[in-house]
Amino acid sequence: MKINVKHIAKLANLPISEKKLNKFEAQLEQTIEHVDRLQEIDTSKVSETNDITGLLNVMREDIVTPSLSQEEALSNAKKTHNGFFVVPVIIEEAIE
Amino acid sequence: MELHDLTITNTKEKFKKKEFSSLELTKAYLERINILEPKLSAFLTVTKEKALEMAEKSDKKMAAGEDSPLLGIPFSIKDNFNTKGIRTTASSKVLDNYIAPYNATVVERLEKAGITILGKTNMDAWAHGSSTETSDYGSTKNPWDISRVPGGSSGGAAASVASDESLAAIGSETAGSIRGPSCWCGLVGLKPTYGRVSRYGVIAMASSTDSPGPITKTVEDAALILEVLAGKDSMDATSSSHPTAKYATQMKKMEKSMTIGISDDYFANVDPEVTEKIENAIKLLEKKGHTVKKIKLFDPQKSIDVYTILMRSEVSSNLARMDGIRFGNDRSFFRDEAERRIMLGTYALSSGYYDAYYKKTQKVRTLIIEDFMNAYKSVDVIIAPTFPTTAPKIGILGDNPMFGEMMDVLTEPSAIAGLCGVSIPVGFSKEHLPIGMQIIGPQFGETTILKLAYQYEQETQFWKEKPNI
Repeated sequence: MKINVKHIAKLANLPISEKKLNKFEAQLEQTIEHVDRLQEIDTSKVSETNDITGLLNVMREDIVTPSLSQEEALSNAKKTHNGFFVVPVIIEEAIE
Repeated sequence: MELHDLTITNTKEKFKKKEFSSLELTKAYLERINILEPKLSAFLTVTKEKALEMAEKSDKKMAAGEDSPLLGIPFSIKDNFNTKGIRTTASSKVLDNYIAPYNATVVERLEKAGITILGKTNMDAWAHGSSTETSDYGSTKNPWDISRVPGGSSGGAAASVASDESLAAIGSETAGSIRGPSCWCGLVGLKPTYGRVSRYGVIAMASSTDSPGPITKTVEDAALILEVLAGKDSMDATSSSHPTAKYATQMKKMEKSMTIGISDDYFANVDPEVTEKIENAIKLLEKKGHTVKKIKLFDPQKSIDVYTILMRSEVSSNLARMDGIRFGNDRSFFRDEAERRIMLGTYALSSGYYDAYYKKTQKVRTLIIEDFMNAYKSVDVIIAPTFPTTAPKIGILGDNPMFGEMMDVLTEPSAIAGLCGVSIPVGFSKEHLPIGMQIIGPQFGETTILKLAYQYEQETQFWKEKPNI
């Protein structure tokens, strides 16, 4: 199985050097080869388990309870502005 | 005061008899940390000021006649638990400068129960590993032989207790990360049922199996801590409202003998020295009136594949939030192991591959769960080795892309099924390295596994032996 590591790194938003990607390519393919043994197990009659607790629709009353203050929530951010997080520009065009 | 002899139970008695105060005890641990840390690197952060402050507060409470379950007991906390006002890194440089603005529920409950926090312990970065070698801050050393790994991912936690740098520790397990290092460090490691202990505020690895729990010298200490940690938490929707118990009291009553399940597949590829000690332990339990029954369980070797896909998929999703905007550094700070896991998980969840990998895995997971449920119709517990070998030399990890998953082979199936398990010491190898055995119980079977663990411990007392460090 060939893995397009460049594409995967882009999807995962990981800045990885070309050299390291080459190493990862072989390692990931090795791992995939290992886990491909799974395909031999017959699962035609079973449904998947997404949750092992058996809990369903866990709700709470819609009541405001004490939480982090704005100051606390921002306390680890490298860049803030007027009490907000500063995020990188993702829409290039200026909105007028 | 001889730190090695101290357990939560006898320390509380010594407080009462005024043999020493919580402050004196805390100072003794801080002194020991000071001496041993250059050798061991079990801690990433030592919270000296906070520890002294907490201990003083506990002494005041004791003087006022107040009591709480863990009043004045010094603990170390694995560094993937958010601890308010304290640096919390999960051993990754991505979070090198992150100061937690809130407490994990586990920490909140422990503080309410009166503990003193000595510091935050080293681990595999993001809990990705079984040796602590993937920590961005370097490996922790095993107190029994500092040329060896302590196990992981809660390796700093286990090393801190084994070396008497702390009286007890909090770790977390996704598949083997509590039981494993407890095994290689000669300790008791309790991985509770998934949902028994809240995950709120634990830096997530694989959310569908993450389980916080105690690492201690004795079974009773583990039970006492579980009493504090267990129970529904409104902050974690997957935490269970299944009734909790007075585990430390109930485990001392063996009302009826048990049927112990043994599966040969759990002894394949296991070091003969490890197998021998576990067979001896089983013989001892038979002498105490328990029955052994051979069972056939889903091959643990195949669970490696299930766990690899399941965990890496969830890892890729959980670590997506590490963007360096709200906290921490950007994604260029991830190291190889995290990058590999994120990449494989992203691949397994990506369009066109989801059905073949993630969905297929979740189906096999159903088979594993049904297999265990079927087994527990005829046995009370299952016994197996925890790790297949004793602690290997530092450097074992090398560049093996699946080292962690391979080492955790015997703890993965029960973790995938959300069961509870406890690893206890059953003796030493010729090289005098600890050997551990796990007792696996059904969901919410904590009292049952603790009963057997406690009975065995009463007969053997391996915990009294201490490393020469």
